[in-house]
Amino acid sequence: MFRYLERAENIARLIEAGFRIALTRSNHAEAEWKSVIVTSASQDTYEAHHEGYDSSQVINFLLREAHNPSSVLSIIKAARDNARLTRTALTTEVWYAVNDTWMMFSELLKNPVPETEVPGVLAVIRQQAALVRGALHGTMLRNDIYDFCSLGIAIERMDSTARIIDVKYYSLLPSPSFVGSRLDNVQWETVLRSVSAHRSFRWAVEDDFTAPAIANFLILDSRMPRSLNFCATQIAANLGLLADEYKARKPSNDLAEQLLARLKGRDIGSIFEEGLHEFVETVIDDTARLAQQIEQDYRFTG
Amino acid sequence: MNSKVFPFNEMRSDAGARPPYDYYDAWFSAQDNQRLAQKAAEAEAFFRRTGITFNVYGQADAEERLIPFDLIPRILSSREWTKLSRGIEQRVAALNAFLHDIYNRQEILRAGIIPTELIARNDAFLPQMMDFTPPGGVYTHIVGTDMVRTGEDDFFVLEDNARTPSGVSYMLENRETMLQMFPELFSTIRVQPVSDYPKNLRRALEASAPASCTGRPCVAVLTPGIFNSAYYEHSFLADQMGVELVEGHDLRVVDGHITMRTTQGYKVIDVIYRRVDDEFLDPLTFNPASMLGVPGIMDVYRAGNITIANAPGTGVADDKAIYSYMPDIVEFYTGERAILKNVETHRCSEPDSLKYVLDNLADLVVKEVHGSGGYGMLVGPAASKAEIAAFADKLRARPDNYIAQPTLALSTVPIFTESGLAPRHVDLRPFALVSPKGINITPGGLTRVALQAGSLVVNSSQGGGTKDTWVLDD
Repeated sequence: MFRYLERAENIARLIEAGFRIALTRSNHAEAEWKSVIVTSASQDTYEAHHEGYDSSQVINFLLREAHNPSSVLSIIKAARDNARLTRTALTTEVWYAVNDTWMMFSELLKNPVPETEVPGVLAVIRQQAALVRGALHGTMLRNDIYDFCSLGIAIERMDSTARIIDVKYYSLLPSPSFVGSRLDNVQWETVLRSVSAHRSFRWAVEDDFTAPAIANFLILDSRMPRSLNFCATQIAANLGLLADEYKARKPSNDLAEQLLARLKGRDIGSIFEEGLHEFVETVIDDTARLAQQIEQDYRFTG
Repeated sequence: MNSKVFPFNEMRSDAGARPPYDYYDAWFSAQDNQRLAQKAAEAEAFFRRTGITFNVYGQADAEERLIPFDLIPRILSSREWTKLSRGIEQRVAALNAFLHDIYNRQEILRAGIIPTELIARNDAFLPQMMDFTPPGGVYTHIVGTDMVRTGEDDFFVLEDNARTPSGVSYMLENRETMLQMFPELFSTIRVQPVSDYPKNLRRALEASAPASCTGRPCVAVLTPGIFNSAYYEHSFLADQMGVELVEGHDLRVVDGHITMRTTQGYKVIDVIYRRVDDEFLDPLTFNPASMLGVPGIMDVYRAGNITIANAPGTGVADDKAIYSYMPDIVEFYTGERAILKNVETHRCSEPDSLKYVLDNLADLVVKEVHGSGGYGMLVGPAASKAEIAAFADKLRARPDNYIAQPTLALSTVPIFTESGLAPRHVDLRPFALVSPKGINITPGGLTRVALQAGSLVVNSSQGGGTKDTWVLDD
């Protein structure tokens, strides 16, 4: 369920970044919307139903279309169904927050969202996600249920950041023509905005907007709550707590530690040498495999 | 000048919308007034939430206030802007050359272009800056040039703000607000972005670091503190640049460098963007009672170990008597005629001018040469007989303290009111960044608008508001 909620928020963030680029740098809009669709892993579904990458068409596809299983509305419905199934595992506050969110979104996304209302809708999504997360952190027992919730968030985040890098990796490659030069404004702006790190990058990184600095920030920086390293650390720690609580180490513990080992103590140069694209593809595959292993280890699949 | 002449309306002429407003005008006509009123309320909530408030000096219950924001944008074509920005670039370059000259060889005085007493008797002139060149040779890193318009092609510079121009945070937040409220406009009308300003500011400051700095320069914003009327802007700029916001008591001189207190001890600062006035900058050099500055910073500065932006003593150029010489100043240093026009200015220090001014007070605007913020001025056409008579006495007592200008028919841009559009007078403050690497001007700037019908005073401290300023990308 928390994977779903995290995904809804990530999609809102992608839309927000794409929307802003479309408004402020309009000659990039079409290409930008296409990469948003690719990043959200819904290109096939999108192209089965739509032609071209018109901004309001893309936004509505991502926000509310029922045939898109990754639309915010579909996701929230799934999350709320999950919460109902496991109602006893959640505190009343978490349940209220999830249920309210679903009611609110059903109303908000009932009809196509006109361009004029997009910023307002995105603001509500962000606010509701914060509310659910706050209820989770503030009221839940720190037991296995909480660990599974955190695990879901971390895995979804890891996957999302990896996909963003994967779609934009070409712009982060230090090609001979811009070694040491500054990245194209629009490219870095979207990458950083998609992970809500537009401001924190300037604070955290004592470097200008160069390709290695941004790649390093998104992949290896341990302070950045959406970096691959941060998420992998979180996943390994949560699985460790579960192993302690259940007094049983599972294959997923090993997988998580292998994944973390690929990130801990690395420097960005060695990743570029290995090939940024290949590296990120492997991370995406490994994360998916890990998620499957967790389902198996803890019998989520029945 | 006859103040009853109809002022130039930038949005609509008799023939309909002026070209830059074509699309906007059509869009606006299709809007429902009630919805726009709703949007205006949303905008206010947005500003409250962001905390873009200011304090008014001299009000006992110092409650935080909002500068009123009007949701009708002020729109300039790219052709109009190109000409303005070329003019600003020329003027800003000349200002820097002038300041360097005044504090070094003083060739402009020797050439007899500017009377020496104008500098010698200028309170903003700092002898401590003589025979010293700031790092990179830049005096005014951040300049706000106040412009007014009276006709299709008639733009005038009203004043130069080379000291500490404020308002840039409103330029940025006004755009953010408009993007949130009217995204549909931006997807049709291509407006040049302004959001790179904080990044460009940081780059300009870093590029101006002193030679003593190796590695990436450490930049900080120095604020007088939370009670300053522009505190929001100081915190906003530091935040957006990703640099520390400091107060005087956070800083001290260690081993000949300015350092700031951090949780891990004192850290060297290379460039300080100060929003503290010259007078309060260093109690050892200037006002000894100042609690806002850093004792010893001027020694560090003269030793070449810190960049102060803007440099101390740049206020000389803000003087309104100096302003009247700007066309000559531009020509003297650039060898070109000034692209931007000055408003015709009478220096009351000159007997003929004083006589003319006294005879025509009812039609003129009279300003103190060192004044700012719309304080201490007389707007002849709006003043009562008694006010004019009282001001004439002040003039006769200290003529060299005043300059006078004709009352310009400032252009108008409509504001939104419950009963529809209403024309109001506006000015424009574009922001220029200067570094050894060049001059960067953000497209547009801050449009200030007088909210009272007929009023010519746009200052926020006197009830003015602001608008988002669009430069079209075509």
